[in-house]
Amino acid sequence: MLAAVITLAGLGFLGSLGLAIAARVFAVETDPRTEEIEEALPGANCGACGYPGCSELAKRIAEGKACIDDCPVGGQAVAKEIAGIMGVDFSGGERDVAIVLCAGNNENALKKYHYNGVYDCVSADMFYGGDKACSYGCLGLGTCVGACPFGAIEIMPEGIAKIISDKCTGCGKCVEACPKDIIKLVPASRKLHILCSSHDKGAAAKKKCEVACIGCQKCVKAAPEGAIEMDDFLAVVNYAMEIPENVADECPMGTIKVYDSENSLKQAAGGGS
Amino acid sequence: MAKGFFGGIHPDYHKELASGEPVKVMPLPEQLIVYFSQNLGVPSKPVVEKGDEVKKGQVIAEAGGFVSTPVHSPTSGKIKSIGLHPSPVGTEMEAAVIIPDGEDEWAEGCDKERDISGFTPDEIKNIVNNAGVVGMGGATFPTHVKLSPPEDKPIDILILNGAECEPYLASDHRLMLEKAEEILEGASLFARAINVDNIVVAIEKNKPDAIEKMKNLTAGRDRFRVEALGVIYPQGAEKQLIYAITGRKVPTGGLPMDAGALVQNVGTCFAAFEAARLNRPLIRRVVTVTGSGIKNPSNILARIGTTFRDIVDFCGGMTDDTAKVISGGPMMGIAQYSLDSAVGKGTSGIVLLKADEVAQFENNPCIRCGRCLAVCPMNLDPSAISIFAERMRYDETEEYCVMDCIECGSCAYVCPSKRPLVQHFKRAKAEIRKRSKKTG
Amino acid sequence: MEDEMKDKGPGSGAEKREQAADKKKASIKPAKKKEAIEARFLVSSSPHIHDGQTTSGIMRLVIFALLPAALFSVYIFGISSLRVIIISICSALLFELVALRIMKRPVNVRDGSALLTGLLLALNLPPGSPWWLVVTGTFFAIVVAKQFFGGLGYNPFNPALIGRVVLVISFPVQMTKWIAPSKWGADAVTTATPLGRIAESLEALGHIEMEFGREEILNLLVGNRGGCLGEVSIILLLAGGLYLIVKKVISWHIPVTFIGSVWAMTGIFHLIDPAHYANPTFHVLTGGLFLGAIFMATDYVTSPMTPLGKIIFGAGCGVITVLIRLFGVYPEGVSFAILLMNAATPLIDRYTKQKVFGARAA
Repeated sequence: MLAAVITLAGLGFLGSLGLAIAARVFAVETDPRTEEIEEALPGANCGACGYPGCSELAKRIAEGKACIDDCPVGGQAVAKEIAGIMGVDFSGGERDVAIVLCAGNNENALKKYHYNGVYDCVSADMFYGGDKACSYGCLGLGTCVGACPFGAIEIMPEGIAKIISDKCTGCGKCVEACPKDIIKLVPASRKLHILCSSHDKGAAAKKKCEVACIGCQKCVKAAPEGAIEMDDFLAVVNYAMEIPENVADECPMGTIKVYDSENSLKQAAGGGS
Repeated sequence: MAKGFFGGIHPDYHKELASGEPVKVMPLPEQLIVYFSQNLGVPSKPVVEKGDEVKKGQVIAEAGGFVSTPVHSPTSGKIKSIGLHPSPVGTEMEAAVIIPDGEDEWAEGCDKERDISGFTPDEIKNIVNNAGVVGMGGATFPTHVKLSPPEDKPIDILILNGAECEPYLASDHRLMLEKAEEILEGASLFARAINVDNIVVAIEKNKPDAIEKMKNLTAGRDRFRVEALGVIYPQGAEKQLIYAITGRKVPTGGLPMDAGALVQNVGTCFAAFEAARLNRPLIRRVVTVTGSGIKNPSNILARIGTTFRDIVDFCGGMTDDTAKVISGGPMMGIAQYSLDSAVGKGTSGIVLLKADEVAQFENNPCIRCGRCLAVCPMNLDPSAISIFAERMRYDETEEYCVMDCIECGSCAYVCPSKRPLVQHFKRAKAEIRKRSKKTG
Repeated sequence: MEDEMKDKGPGSGAEKREQAADKKKASIKPAKKKEAIEARFLVSSSPHIHDGQTTSGIMRLVIFALLPAALFSVYIFGISSLRVIIISICSALLFELVALRIMKRPVNVRDGSALLTGLLLALNLPPGSPWWLVVTGTFFAIVVAKQFFGGLGYNPFNPALIGRVVLVISFPVQMTKWIAPSKWGADAVTTATPLGRIAESLEALGHIEMEFGREEILNLLVGNRGGCLGEVSIILLLAGGLYLIVKKVISWHIPVTFIGSVWAMTGIFHLIDPAHYANPTFHVLTGGLFLGAIFMATDYVTSPMTPLGKIIFGAGCGVITVLIRLFGVYPEGVSFAILLMNAATPLIDRYTKQKVFGARAA
């Protein structure tokens, strides 16, 4: 009995001694700021910054190998906090949110075939670019939903993706995931959007979708110079400029939408119904 | 000698619909839609513009590189427009719309009979290349590339693929019955090009008349042998065919030449014969039009560029309840969304099916019944690969050898959960290719 | 920043919305299509044809194959048996429906999987089990073992067996109350199962005392003995199994290796010491071996997929069954053996992966 106690205690002592020595000898010097920065980061380990996780980004920032605003998710607030930890000044830009530049849902956009298969936009895109008659349109199969680490995207019952701006952190994962390339990051304060990505000529676009941009240029003329520009039959908002909300009234197709802050896209996807 | 491979399925073949129909020549339609890129590999480069007059057999798109072939005008006429059109391979593809002038006049130099006995291997490759000959079983891989193996990979056997294991299709079958001599001539050219004197004509046993015809023709010719193959899908897949004939396995990631074999579709042989003997580029092919959706199932000789709409009309039209139009066979063919697609060099058939005949996929969970493993001719684990693909874990799909998948569709054919397995694999393959392109 | 957004006021936003809506209404003209772009055809990935076998079709075949044994149990144990079967199936379907609803999964009770689980569980219970016992069993089978793990296709363990084992452990008295075979109308007489009897005699006398002649074997084959509902009639179970093999629903690998390994292993023990270890043929024909080997161990979801994997699985089941029967506290070990091998299934699958066609020999 006694022998057993002594043996075990001795083993325990020897083991702990070994650990203590190892901790001294093999100690890795870490920057104390790394931990602080990591705490300031969102901790979602989403990888949107391009590093394996938040701790890796924290390490890089502490080492000066990454910028203090490299976390697209935390945005300005986090960047400011990190700036405080690092003892530098930060006067950053604005929060970005993602937006789906398409409003052609099951009710107002035509389909060219009945799709049957994997519930995934990239997979559907392999067959003639998906079932939408418009080759630029949102397929509504939710690849972006799967890609979003923050649950900020949902597929509306009408079959189109909707981004919940309040939950969106602007990480850009959905932008990458979308095979149609119709999700864009825009400054959160901008409320006027042209919800179409079709470069088809007006007549062709109109035939396929009731809310397509037909390239009539009425909005271009109504908006301040350079605020809306034409790109191959498609009016594109220049988000660097402020656009008066009444420009939206010019659109004969109802493609231009003005959002408020809450549940903004619901209205757009509903097509005003 | 002929061996079975692991796996495989026995679908309902429905060959009787069209196999008895002699090949009919399709009259010149009012317009032809000719895609500028008609081969696997590097796309061809268009050399014509809107408004140009073209002659039959004139090059309208040049080869874009070594693994590429030219495309020729299927008739004489005027190019009405150039633009995107739905193509049988499942994409919107750039094509020239040609309005025939009715003269059907050959370009200079074409359509002249010549003696083919003196051609050297290099000449044969050139002829085949310039005539735009590609694999006509459906893969459309440029034939001259297949005829140019590197020197360290000697080929000792040429296999003529007349297996036609796809259900419904009969175009190869009809061609073997009606143009057997020409096919063998074309095969001899291929054999000369790669210096092989062991030619095997491989035909599934469900075409006894074709087997007999070939046997009669090759009797007394030592270089030829006719092999009757068991009826099992996918017997006509290159790797399975080579194994059945030679017992050699093409190594994973390898080509038939790695097993010392060259496989050519019988249609390709016929095209090569026409190119060499008659100096005619590849501008027409045999297309089987079949299925319960077509009024008169037929085999037709159609010009490349004939729209499916014209062909369907020529065959009596389709029934109102036709739900699916497939370019190629029902196992590996591609569903079309519109009859505006036009015949390409790889369009071996047009199959029209009704709703109750076609597979309806559902995204049900896998119940691990193991049927897919039992039928996979490549010995893969389709169940596991599809589950990984569903979860976007593409690295694991690669570990489970999704790149070796030949997309024969046997797994999805037997899947009781009706999972869209092949689509999962196509997606995973595309993703893996994209990644290796990024890193490499 | 958030405040600033809200300050813009919902009023102006709502106004805009209405305007936009009006405008849209005006722009929609009823069905005026010039060149109709019409979704006429179905587009999907190849293959475009299917052999027609479905999950529910397979479930139906298995249920059909089980029917003779189930009907026989009603014949031999009477109305109490029918009651267990009905309660089990109904509660299983109900639990499945409720669980799917609550978990917001697609409700597809008609695939037959819950019905099969209910039937299998019933066949694994003693006749005359009280209703609460049956319902507890189906709850654990359907809700805990199946739906908690993700539903059909994702359960690592055979649901019916989980249900049974939970009951065996929790309610040993009720789960070992056997009824002697009797015809309709006769009073139920309690009895012991053959396996239970030899376990008792081994404990009481220190050696096995049993008669095992032609008559006993015949009784076992026909099912004229005490036991769970579905396990008694070897002949009918075998017929069901052959039917499934012919129909290609199951392969021979698991049943044959399972039963074969039990026979071989008990045979070795019997040869060594017949006084303590019963005749192998007796071991094979008693207990729930045939029911387990043919209908439970072959469950797709929880067994390996490759032929080699199935052989390993079946042999493993057999070995564990014999170990439990001969050396464990329970007289019967089929359920535990299958569940243990269920746990090993992912591992077996991993190490019995088929070599890809054309892969170079490693």
